[in-house]
Amino acid sequence: MLKYIVRRLLLLIPILLGLSLFLVVFLHLLPGDPCSANLGEHSTPENLARCRTGLGLDRPIYQQYFDYMAGLLHGDLGVSATNKVSVTTEFAARFPATFELTVSAMFLAIGVGIPLGVAAAKRQYSLFDNFATVASLIGISIPIFFLGLLLQYLFGVWLHWLPTAGRYDLATYSYDGAGTNFLLWESLVINHNLAEFADVLRHLILPAVALGTIPLAVVARITRSAVLEVLSEDYVRTARAKGLTSKRIDDRHVLRNAMLPISTVIGLQTGLLLGGAVLTEQIFSWGGVGNWLFQAAVDKDFVVIQSGALILATIFVLVNLVVDIGYAYLNPRIRYS
Amino acid sequence: MDPRIEEVDRSGAGGPSPDYEVALVSLNQWQLAWRRFKKHRLALIGACIFLGMVALAVFGPFFLPYDPTFVPPPDSLFCPGSTTQLAYSGCPPLTPGHLLGTTGSLRLDLLTLVVNGARVSLIIGLGASIFSAIIGTIVGGVAGYFGGLLDNVLMRIVDIMLSIPILFVIIICAEVFGNGDWKVILIVFAIFGWQGIARLVRSLFLTLRTEVFVDAARAVGVSDIRIIFRHILPNAISPIIVSTTLSVAGVIIGEAFVSFIGYGVNPSLTPTWGNELTAAQDFIAQGNWWWPLFPGLAIVLTVLGINFMGDGLRDALDPRSRE
Repeated sequence: MLKYIVRRLLLLIPILLGLSLFLVVFLHLLPGDPCSANLGEHSTPENLARCRTGLGLDRPIYQQYFDYMAGLLHGDLGVSATNKVSVTTEFAARFPATFELTVSAMFLAIGVGIPLGVAAAKRQYSLFDNFATVASLIGISIPIFFLGLLLQYLFGVWLHWLPTAGRYDLATYSYDGAGTNFLLWESLVINHNLAEFADVLRHLILPAVALGTIPLAVVARITRSAVLEVLSEDYVRTARAKGLTSKRIDDRHVLRNAMLPISTVIGLQTGLLLGGAVLTEQIFSWGGVGNWLFQAAVDKDFVVIQSGALILATIFVLVNLVVDIGYAYLNPRIRYS
Repeated sequence: MDPRIEEVDRSGAGGPSPDYEVALVSLNQWQLAWRRFKKHRLALIGACIFLGMVALAVFGPFFLPYDPTFVPPPDSLFCPGSTTQLAYSGCPPLTPGHLLGTTGSLRLDLLTLVVNGARVSLIIGLGASIFSAIIGTIVGGVAGYFGGLLDNVLMRIVDIMLSIPILFVIIICAEVFGNGDWKVILIVFAIFGWQGIARLVRSLFLTLRTEVFVDAARAVGVSDIRIIFRHILPNAISPIIVSTTLSVAGVIIGEAFVSFIGYGVNPSLTPTWGNELTAAQDFIAQGNWWWPLFPGLAIVLTVLGINFMGDGLRDALDPRSRE
């Protein structure tokens, strides 16, 4: 198993190398750089030249690449050209926001998607199954920003039930920026303040629903088809024949075997969401990773884009690795070597 | 009775005659697929929705009196027939002259925007999907057929391209090529959309290349290119069609996404469903629900239609495949 994990991690190296090489070349081939994007009206030739020398953009491209890679090997992800904050610091400050959002969204997707898919599969072609199938297709078809706008209008503007922007209400919660930035954790465990916790939770609901809808639909669909396939297996018939309760058949025989494809999808979706839900974060003014990288692309902040993309690729690979390792526990027949 | 058996009346006179003959009408795979597709009710509904949208996009603009980019002169402070609704924050649906209402700020006719938006959204969706299907089929076919080093190199390129966040590329291309030309968006989506199909085609080719008919073709001296395109590809075409259909939906959402955040198609040149939603955001708080609702519904309906159709096509063309 350890050997397998190491091999999978080693596979990251060529991907990261290729990705960084591509990004560096791609970004430098294009006209415009952080200096021209930042200086705006102050962009006299002298100012531009000074800015470029300051950022090291006047060096030959291969030297920039090697310096950047040398920094990476020392654990230095670089410094933003826009606000001079190091990528590591900024990422550490923003990742908790994205993490809380992703976990809530996936919680919703798994908690509703799997029971929905199982229920649909057990009553195949019934009215409920047809309804679930159409509903999940609709869920896949709604663009996330449209759903976000609808939710904002419905629950924010019209019903006034839920807040539509930010992570907490300044009146209830004065978060000072210290601590972990995992606000659910901070408010409940560190501050022991239920009012703050409730406030953070209320702010989380709409973005989580917007972000979780597509994964929910995907999980429900894959669960339905996976369960349908397992239900027709001989061992399920045998389990029924020997008189097991249907709950036990579901839990121990059906779901456990169906979990394999389901967990693949869950892993893929989680990886995608952790990469920053740009739109959801934009619409709900959520200060997470997606928002940050979006702004970096707008500002042509080369270092942030490069390092950000590398971090995202790494997270994506790691999440999928965790899922693959999880397989071995779900399905004892799988042995990685 | 087997539906393929038709009773053929050979008596010439019609009416009952002892002179019956039973003829077998053979159906090719497309006719069989069409028969399966027809039975799929959701797929038929989806096809109708999609074709309806295409018809709307092609013919709709000819029947509408307004120009999608023409800003009407401010003739009145209030909406026609109202004394309270400010024209500046948009007139609600069913306002005289504006079936779906008007947008806030520029007071454009929403129906005109939605119908004209259909054109570019559908062209980008269809165009980029077809382009990427062609690129993906060629790359995947070559990789899967020849295997070895070539396969390895091509698939690593695919891996790397898949790990590039397309958003960066779009934003940067938007800034470089400026002015939000829809052709640029189409090309970017084609260039960054073929990797999935390439993987699919490669995996199909890996199995198909070991089939006996490939050996037979090679034995009689058929060239590699001809084997790839004339012998193997027709056997792999069904999953490619299904995947391309579903990718149309993905591209339409993707285009709407980048146009929505302001890095796609320029709204003052060409309206698309995505860029119609951008400005709508700011008017939601004023209770203007119709502005975001109708372009958004158009996206949902079209994508839903394509997804229904794709599901049906999968069942019809590729009955063995599962999710």
